[in-house]
Amino acid sequence: MSTYYDPQDLPRFAEIGQEAPNLAQKFFDYYGAVFAEGELSAREKSLIALAVAHALQCPYCIDAYTQSCLEKGSNLAEMTEAVHVACALRGGAALVHGVQMRKQAAKVSF
Amino acid sequence: MPMAPTFAQTLRRHHLELTRGQTTVLQVNLGLKCNQACRHCHLSAGPGRGEVMDAATVQEVLAYARRGGFSTVDITGGAPEFNPHLELLLDGLRGLACRVILRANLTALLSPPYRGLIPRLAAEQVAITASFPSLSAQQTQAQRGQGIFERSLECMRLLNQAGYGQPGTGLELDLVVNPAGAFQPPEQAPTEKRFHQVLAQRWGIAFNRLYVFANVPLGRFKDWLMASGGYEAYVRRLAEGFNPCALPGVMCRGLVSVAWDGLLYDCDFNQAAGLPLGGQRTHLSQMQGPPPAGQAIAVGEHCFTCTAGAGFT
Repeated sequence: MSTYYDPQDLPRFAEIGQEAPNLAQKFFDYYGAVFAEGELSAREKSLIALAVAHALQCPYCIDAYTQSCLEKGSNLAEMTEAVHVACALRGGAALVHGVQMRKQAAKVSF
Repeated sequence: MPMAPTFAQTLRRHHLELTRGQTTVLQVNLGLKCNQACRHCHLSAGPGRGEVMDAATVQEVLAYARRGGFSTVDITGGAPEFNPHLELLLDGLRGLACRVILRANLTALLSPPYRGLIPRLAAEQVAITASFPSLSAQQTQAQRGQGIFERSLECMRLLNQAGYGQPGTGLELDLVVNPAGAFQPPEQAPTEKRFHQVLAQRWGIAFNRLYVFANVPLGRFKDWLMASGGYEAYVRRLAEGFNPCALPGVMCRGLVSVAWDGLLYDCDFNQAAGLPLGGQRTHLSQMQGPPPAGQAIAVGEHCFTCTAGAGFT
């Protein structure tokens, strides 16, 4: 294997159920229910998932939810804005820790 | 990866046959000439194509429409506006079919020689089915060419002004959404709802119904899939989505398609694939009426497009 991530592994996701089928079944049932049309549309949920995929930096999820967003009728402009939401959250999460840095610095400084 | 089963093998595996029901729709392809060269076009229509139905064949189509008693005549292309005999066809169809549909690309109708067709189409109560793939200018133009998005909106405004898509006029303006690439179309109902909202709010445009169609791996779209290395994956995805429940509703069961040269096909896609009606080369002048119920329909790998998921009707 030349890389840790192989795109051909994604269609094999269900194999994870071989050792613990009951747990896998519960997970996949839950997963399907989460993404069903509800108070949020399936299209909106795919856009959220695309943003989360970028925050998690999961290449399988990025491929899967790029395809899913397109197939639910989203366009590149909407998908790019979703990625910026992920970016803002990750960036903001780093930056807000600067308060902790400032407090710690204040504690040990004149 | 193992080879995907063929469409014919898939039908056998499910103990199914694809045969005609009652044929009520005559689809007339007036030719492959078009002002656009859309990347998903299964017929590879475009400005450089010279295949256009002549007046004699139009007369034969009218005679066949009379013999066949079709309830619907569906006029397509290319851009049917570019056929100089379109008005001859419309004249002849008056009172002949309950419903006449014109497939429009929304830009040919804006060209000065054809703009005058809009009031004529409205007066004849011709329904318009128009291609409008996306609410995004980027996606629309990636599929259909630069400047097409704004011009499509302009044409829809003109059609609205003529009464199309407006309540109480009976003038139908339906939209067709095809994906802007090698992915499956969105679900029809939520997409129609969103298009109604966005077109009305952003551009003040109204329409009646919206249909989502998958891209058919033939013609220019197949060429693009082959060149980009995505053909096998695309067809495999369609094949994996085979839904036996979609088979009874596929359009070829109730439609016969006549090409620009008068040859008959089970559908427009078989025309692109060169698969003649029921597998036998037949000219419309040889037909006494519609193809009979129970007649086998010629199939190829592209047929997976119409049976994937909810189907393509």
